[in-house]
Amino acid sequence: MSLEELQKIAAAAKVKAESYEHHVHVCMAASCQSCGAADIKTQLTETVKENGAEADIWVKGVGCMGLCSAGPLVRVESPADESEYLYQKVGTEDVSELYASIDGNPVERMRCQTEIPFFARQQKIVLENSGRIDPEQIDDYIAEGGYTSLVRALTGMSPQEVLREVSDSGLRGRGGGGYPAGLKWATVARSPAPVKYVICNADEGDPGAFMDRAVLESDPHRILEGMALAAYAVGAEYGYIYIRAEYPLAVERLKKAIRQATRHGFLGRQICETPFSFEIEIRLGAGAFVCGEETALISSIEGQRGQPSPRPPYPADEGLWDCPTLINNVETLANVPAIVREGGEWFQSIGTEKSTGTKVFALAGRIAHTGLIEVPMGITLREIIEEIGGGIPEGRKFKAVQTGGPSGGCLPEENLDMPVEYDTLRAAGSIMGSGGMIVMDETSSMVDVARYFMDFCMTESCGKCVPCRAGTFQMHGLLTKIARGEATAADLQLLEELCDVVRDTSLCGLGQTAPNPVVSTLRYFRHEYEEKLKTDSTDLEIVAS
Amino acid sequence: MPRYPAPPNAPAKVRVVTLRIDGQDIGAREDESVLDVAAEHDIRIPTLCYLDGLSTWGGCRMCMVEIAGSPKLLPACSTQVAEGMEITTNSDKLKNYRRMILELLFAERNHVCSVCVSNGHCDLQDLAVECGMDFVRVPYRNAPYEIDSSHDLFRVDHNRCVLCTRCVRVCDEIEGAHTWDIMGRGVECQVITDLNTPWGESDSCTGCGKCVQVCPTGALVKKGTAAGEMEKRDDFLPYLTQMRGNR
Ligand SMILES: Cc1cc2nc3c(=O)[nH]c(=O)nc-3n(C[C@H](O)[C@H](O)[C@H](O)COP(=O)(O)O)c2cc1C
Ligand code: SF4
Repeated sequence: MSLEELQKIAAAAKVKAESYEHHVHVCMAASCQSCGAADIKTQLTETVKENGAEADIWVKGVGCMGLCSAGPLVRVESPADESEYLYQKVGTEDVSELYASIDGNPVERMRCQTEIPFFARQQKIVLENSGRIDPEQIDDYIAEGGYTSLVRALTGMSPQEVLREVSDSGLRGRGGGGYPAGLKWATVARSPAPVKYVICNADEGDPGAFMDRAVLESDPHRILEGMALAAYAVGAEYGYIYIRAEYPLAVERLKKAIRQATRHGFLGRQICETPFSFEIEIRLGAGAFVCGEETALISSIEGQRGQPSPRPPYPADEGLWDCPTLINNVETLANVPAIVREGGEWFQSIGTEKSTGTKVFALAGRIAHTGLIEVPMGITLREIIEEIGGGIPEGRKFKAVQTGGPSGGCLPEENLDMPVEYDTLRAAGSIMGSGGMIVMDETSSMVDVARYFMDFCMTESCGKCVPCRAGTFQMHGLLTKIARGEATAADLQLLEELCDVVRDTSLCGLGQTAPNPVVSTLRYFRHEYEEKLKTDSTDLEIVAS
Repeated sequence: MPRYPAPPNAPAKVRVVTLRIDGQDIGAREDESVLDVAAEHDIRIPTLCYLDGLSTWGGCRMCMVEIAGSPKLLPACSTQVAEGMEITTNSDKLKNYRRMILELLFAERNHVCSVCVSNGHCDLQDLAVECGMDFVRVPYRNAPYEIDSSHDLFRVDHNRCVLCTRCVRVCDEIEGAHTWDIMGRGVECQVITDLNTPWGESDSCTGCGKCVQVCPTGALVKKGTAAGEMEKRDDFLPYLTQMRGNR
């Protein structure tokens, strides 16, 4: 495929789109589908057909529009008068009214304001096509400029040049660790080994996180293009997407996308008539959180028990089947086509100096608007929570925001004006993590929050190393005791000691970060723990003696 | 079991590095682990899952050491020495951590030493003595575990298992039978024979008894031994691996 052929496909798609007077986009991501979006789309299509309006109205299934709490979402666009209406909580009974409104006045009853900060304050790179294109049609992706980065890179750039753009962009891993992508790519690229692999980590196991799922369901070709660019830059010919089996819709769309991309010659042998070949296979994870850890993930692909192994050797040196392996998160790879298209410098100008670009967050908890948002790095937590999220409902008071899931921490009011960056969040006792953000109001108990995450770590520990396996069990027991009001000061002291041991001696990131929710809530909300302690003089004496 | 053989294009020549362990200046080959180098110089670092002759597992975390300049503690068994390393093996912090890890192990299962056939010949017991762990502050888990006596010669008592995976590794790597493996997650982990069938019904077990000899506690024992009678010999392993390597 040449650049001209690509542009021809894009132009044809554009002509097709322009031939319609109205575009009706129905969200077909998992969340809206679970509230009946598929039926709405079928009914809409049928109504259009019954009225003989197929040539004027284009009913199209698209990916996630972000405001998942208000689903099913339907957007009606009329390019002629530049109107665009978003409808929320649409039901099958609303279809005829919705159809009637297409040519007339909007249905105010179901309208969702799009001028609100939830939409206006976002900046989209990873999600630029999400909610706009049909994820099951490769032509839709091409029409938005998809695969031009790959074709341009293969026909006009050396692997080193692609790598340089990624290094210049300052892109850091979005899977949690924040390791500079350029450095990791360079390590793999430098190796003279004949066989190398690229792995896309789509295991997304953090409770409440669904950023990666949304990208995979809404814009799967973006990931394939990102992986192909990565493979070209580091010199790999084979790629794996490791995705959890709990995401059947994403798996189905990925499979379809791989078939389409192979047929169009973006994957396979001798892509774009160049010597570069790249093939992608999908591997399903069985739902263990620890299989998102890179060494465990690699074991799992190799057919072994998903259990971490000591690093070094890092996967970039000895990974899958002992070959140098580049492993990146879904969102990291989703940034790559845009970086190659617009240049590393452009990406670097977004966000802050040490945290460039944007970040997708799954906003949840006690907040008016929950859903998926993409914001530039450096935005403050207050802007996210009060403006984009619409603040805390029912006039309650904000208490804490949890970022980073079971590996992260809880930040109080006084940290709200802090910019969202890898290093500031870490210094405050939390982490950027993969993008879960849970807002808590005055009714939440911080001991319960810590206990919830400890329960998660305890059940998800792989059991390989003693401090994580037995330590999280004991910490969970102590937190339960504290929550029930049965603990003493000695128990709290023991809990803190266990936090140190588990953090410092565990083998992998799961154990090393498992104490974070406890440590951060103890740091900012210690009084909540102490209020629950019972004062038992005999216990105190034992500690003293 | 993930194994990391040397990459095919590794340099043939191995350099010698100098380092310092607990203030002692030491020269070592750069492909050796901190644990091996320390042992060669009679510096004792406590270990439980490690066994000379088997692949390195890195699960017990008893051998954690401090390395100057590294913010993290590192396991001596799976950390290679490097030029200029300054290693501390016995700071107060490390001693405290080791005690706590042992406490966690003792509380996890039901280690009742007085009635155990391995009483007096048990690595876990010896470590507790060595590390000065004389009482357990965390509550005992008190989970009931089964004893499987279905094998003609041996018995497995899960109450005493520390999940070091020595049995899994010796059976897979030395005997080649891979009868043992682990099932479950977290504290629910358990060693199993075949696909969790009783040991006596295992199709793959050859009855060689290597797993019993390498088990550090009274979890795998010979039948017909009374309390304190089960002595084990795991020193055959290095010879075995060496002999095979020479062939
Ligand atoms: C317990 C644990 C779970 C993890 N789960 C995920 C995950 O679900 N998705 C992911 O991308 N990275 C996960 N990671 C991080 C990966 O190990 C790895 O750092 C990441 O995939 C690297 O990609 P990046 O550099 O693009 O972030 C996890 C790490 C740990 C310790
Ligand atoms: S820290 Fe936990 S999850 Fe990681 S290897 Fe150890 S037991 Fe397994």
